[in-house]
Amino acid sequence: MSLWNKHAIFEKNSILLLIGVLIVISIGGLVEVAPLFYLKSTIEHVEGVRPYTPLELAGRNIYVREGCYNCHSQMIRALRDEVERYGHYSLAAESMYDHPFQWGSKRNGPDLARLGNKYSDDWHRRHLENPRAVVPGSIMPAYPWLAKTELDLNHIDQHMKVLAIEGVPYTPEMIEKAASDAKAQGTDDDPGAADLVKRYPKAQARAFGEKGRLTEADALIAYLQHLGTQVDFKVYDDKANLR
Amino acid sequence: MSVTSHDPKNVDATTGTATTGHEWDGIRELNTPLPKWWLYIFYATIVWALGYWVVYPAIPLASSFTKGMINYSSRGEATADVEQLKLARAPMVNALAKASFEDIQKDPKLLTFARAQGKAAFGDNCAPCHGAGGGGSKAFPNLVDDDWLWGNGSLADIQATITHGIRSSDPDTRQGNMPAFGDGVLKPTEISAVADYVRSLSSLPVEQGADLNAGQKVFADNCVACHGENAKGNPELGAPNLTDQIWLYASDKATIVEGITKGRGGMMPNWGSRLDAGTIKALAVYVRTLGGGR
Repeated sequence: MSLWNKHAIFEKNSILLLIGVLIVISIGGLVEVAPLFYLKSTIEHVEGVRPYTPLELAGRNIYVREGCYNCHSQMIRALRDEVERYGHYSLAAESMYDHPFQWGSKRNGPDLARLGNKYSDDWHRRHLENPRAVVPGSIMPAYPWLAKTELDLNHIDQHMKVLAIEGVPYTPEMIEKAASDAKAQGTDDDPGAADLVKRYPKAQARAFGEKGRLTEADALIAYLQHLGTQVDFKVYDDKANLR
Repeated sequence: MSVTSHDPKNVDATTGTATTGHEWDGIRELNTPLPKWWLYIFYATIVWALGYWVVYPAIPLASSFTKGMINYSSRGEATADVEQLKLARAPMVNALAKASFEDIQKDPKLLTFARAQGKAAFGDNCAPCHGAGGGGSKAFPNLVDDDWLWGNGSLADIQATITHGIRSSDPDTRQGNMPAFGDGVLKPTEISAVADYVRSLSSLPVEQGADLNAGQKVFADNCVACHGENAKGNPELGAPNLTDQIWLYASDKATIVEGITKGRGGMMPNWGSRLDAGTIKALAVYVRTLGGGR
């Protein structure tokens, strides 16, 4: 009996076959997945990436709740035409604090990875209220309730606590100030804005919508205006980060 | 391949093919060998995979991975592709950067290039607000007419607006706000009167019993600083001409009252931080040729 015929042993013993399958898949997984967690070259540290502010995080939750990821990706692939249209290709570090990430897999609408600061807050408000009002051919559904619904900040600190367990570097101070930081970011000339920017560098603080109230639309717009703005690509070294 | 095939009792008499040796109720299973062509292609793919391991990045090591013979990376490929594109466009982009608007208009090749590049960039960046053809919508200016809120529609003015934006975070941005007169400056009756007066300036019908004289007085006391004594506006401050039929928001009285009460201040991003100077110039040429200067 040559080695070729040993497979008969597996064919006749289903438990042995199962163990064999597990061993083969484990080897494949170890070789293909495990190195990504320890290879220096696959974990890039990029200047400027910070955790979301409480208001951006609240907006991100609304983004997930409304299923925006079903039609919008947040992943500019390293392809010429994508770079031409959307800007610098996405870096892994840019979504390192995303749990879960919003790369998406489908583009019924455009990619949003570098949407931040591209259009005005006013445009976003009108566009969420009724996309056809500004883009006649749009097939995006309208989200008029966002601007009518007060933002619920009662659980944002708890959400940050959970993310901290997952590895997002939220400090106890950040978690304690979560609700007041969110309000400071969504208000014009709020005295708390300076502290907010100290905790979250480059955070944009202003009334994203109607003055005097903080709505779900404001939080979502704060999140959208932040997308893709963390890394300064004028100083990012492409050549040093080829992989 | 099978040893059992040499065992005469394991060979099917009718076909001459070996069997697997399994037998169910007297029925035996043929062990037909894989077709040769299939088998050799299978072996060839294994050899191909070995080649792949050598040529492309493949095997993880302790702190890095094998880079492969051609040192391939998808990021490197994209970067090279973009650079190649820039190189291919360079002669025309450089010519465009140097040329004045008059030169561009005289040179059909340059004009075609600028308009084509401008149109593509417009679709990606400007169309969501200003419309696919530049027609604008409520709160977002129409670019196909010859009326300009800022500057006089010259190439330099359009270029400056695109580069630095309007009420943006750029230090050289165009600044100027319509203040909120409802915040204790004017009473609702005064706002209503001046709204009627503004409508009368562009020959729109006013409400019955509207006191145009009172409206004119409110206008003279509060609005002329920006909109001018004859209400023709001031393109240095982005104050619109109130005597024409062009309305950024709408011409109905409710919208005008809303604007006076809450103020206006649409924002345009500073594209200089996102687009390169060549693309902005092409955009300016494209926008300039849409509607023309004043």
